[in-house]
Amino acid sequence: MLAFALRRLLVSIPVFILSTFLVFLLVTWGADPLAQLEAKNPPPSQAVINQLADQLYINHSIPARYWHWFSQLFFHGNWGPSVQSGTDIGQLLSTSLTLTARLVIVATILAVILAIIAGVVSATRQYSKTDYTITLIGFLFLSLPVFWFAILLKQAVVNMNNSLNWYWLSTYGANTPGLTGWSAFSDAIGHLVLPTIVLAMSSYASWSRFQRASMLDVLGSDYMRLARAKGLSRRQVMIRHGLRTALIPLTTQVALDTAAILGGAVLTESVFGWQGMGTMLVNGINAGDFNVILAWLTVSAIIVIVFNLIADLLYGVLDPRIRHA
Amino acid sequence: MPELPREDPEPTEITPSAGSERQYPEREFTVKARTQTQLVLRRFLQHRLAVVSVFVLLAVILLAFVGGPLWKYSYTDITPDNSVPPSGNHPFGTDNLGYDEFARVLRGTQRSLEIAFSVAVLATAIGTVWGAVAGYYRGWLDSLMMRIADLFLTIPILAAGALLSHHFQTAGWWALALVIAGLAWPAVARIVRGQTLSLREKEYVEAARSMGAKDGRIIFRHILPNVIGQIIVVVTIQIAFAILLESSLSYLGFGVQPPDTSLGALISNAQSALQGGLWWLFYFPGIFIILISLSVNFIGDGLRDAFDPSQQRVRA
Repeated sequence: MLAFALRRLLVSIPVFILSTFLVFLLVTWGADPLAQLEAKNPPPSQAVINQLADQLYINHSIPARYWHWFSQLFFHGNWGPSVQSGTDIGQLLSTSLTLTARLVIVATILAVILAIIAGVVSATRQYSKTDYTITLIGFLFLSLPVFWFAILLKQAVVNMNNSLNWYWLSTYGANTPGLTGWSAFSDAIGHLVLPTIVLAMSSYASWSRFQRASMLDVLGSDYMRLARAKGLSRRQVMIRHGLRTALIPLTTQVALDTAAILGGAVLTESVFGWQGMGTMLVNGINAGDFNVILAWLTVSAIIVIVFNLIADLLYGVLDPRIRHA
Repeated sequence: MPELPREDPEPTEITPSAGSERQYPEREFTVKARTQTQLVLRRFLQHRLAVVSVFVLLAVILLAFVGGPLWKYSYTDITPDNSVPPSGNHPFGTDNLGYDEFARVLRGTQRSLEIAFSVAVLATAIGTVWGAVAGYYRGWLDSLMMRIADLFLTIPILAAGALLSHHFQTAGWWALALVIAGLAWPAVARIVRGQTLSLREKEYVEAARSMGAKDGRIIFRHILPNVIGQIIVVVTIQIAFAILLESSLSYLGFGVQPPDTSLGALISNAQSALQGGLWWLFYFPGIFIILISLSVNFIGDGLRDAFDPSQQRVRA
């Protein structure tokens, strides 16, 4: 197991390096940091443009630029200059990331719990009214645009808040500045509720379908019948033998969906006005801010690769049928 | 779908020989032989929601592509009515500039469908060939091709899509479709590769090879037709995915640009209108997105059950 873990970890390193190169190519192709400066009216002098180009190391070949960026980042911890005034990318990244992590982690946990409950109930009562209702809700959320549902929810809560005259459940931003202690905590929770619901429901939809399918798979297997035949109660069989096995595929699925969750977070943050990773990305793209976009995609690549690694390792731990020699 | 050899031809009229009054039963001990296609179709028709969804989707497509041009207002017409709620003249109301929302929703549906179908066809075509070649040849080529696909999967499609479509904004909707398809194919490649890996070991593939069939022929004539079930299901997933992704990109401002419009762009514009009480601008494009992607998802579910009935019943 340890050897497998080490080998898997070592493989992740070249994957990560190649991934940063792919990301680099994408960004050189998609972002033009000089465009906005050149489009200014009156046009700035050539010297100013050249200075920015120099600063961004932009007039070199792509391999040279990539190496420059890579060595700056990994040997000096420097994300490079931003074209948006007053932006330090490292600082922006750490504040955005903490904010988004809060949202993503809570939402993912909520989605996993809901998906397991819904999937198991649905599978054990296949073709019942409950199953149909849960399936229908799952399909509905699978087909809803995240942001549409978010706007709808936001508007409903705005109306509710106005009529109740009670504004704890916030619809904008991540917190109210200037609060301390308990009130700051309660305020942060109030801001977290709606975005969490939105993000959780968007993952819940596919995961509950997934959990239902894997639970059905397990329920049909022979060892379940054997466990019942041995005299174990239905409940014991379901939880100890059925659920435990049926959870394995979901762990992999959740890890594989990390990239999609990050995408969902961008949309959710955009609707609820959070200054997190979503805002960072959208502003970065609009400004053609080469290094900001690069930083965003690099961090998301790290997160995705780490979670894939965790999923692979968990798979070996959870499923004794898989023996890693 | 490969036609299985029929054990029995179409029921033929058994003409009793002259003078005999005896009626032969059509079949005494056998059941009617069905082709694979008939089996799949029968199972699909049992999925009532999927069948209803086929009609809903067809209705939406007809409404958008035929109804759109026939409707009395074009999506570019500015009518004298500003911000009026739905009425006989404007079934979906108008926005603050006087655009007829019905015309704009139809136009948006048209664009969204065009993008979604292009993405599904392109991504599925690339992914299918990629996955089949990787799975068929195995070895270092497989590793190389699948590692490339894995690299794409480490990038959030929404982020990369936003970056690239921002860059190609002036090129039009097809550029957006190309960008989305260029990022979405690895998911297809994975599925097709998995299937190909097991099919390449089948006896009929070996038989074809021993008869001197070339690799290309084996892949396209013997392996891929047997993956068609999974591929069709993947196409439906891709359509639903593309509809949602296109609308998300348009919502963030990176998708379809004015004067053209799409369902996502319409919702994006309507966000502030909702606060001003112009609810019709927000609900109608949203309902159309849901109608399309919900019906596509149900059709996909019906097809999955039809092609792979193993998940239908619990044995225990």
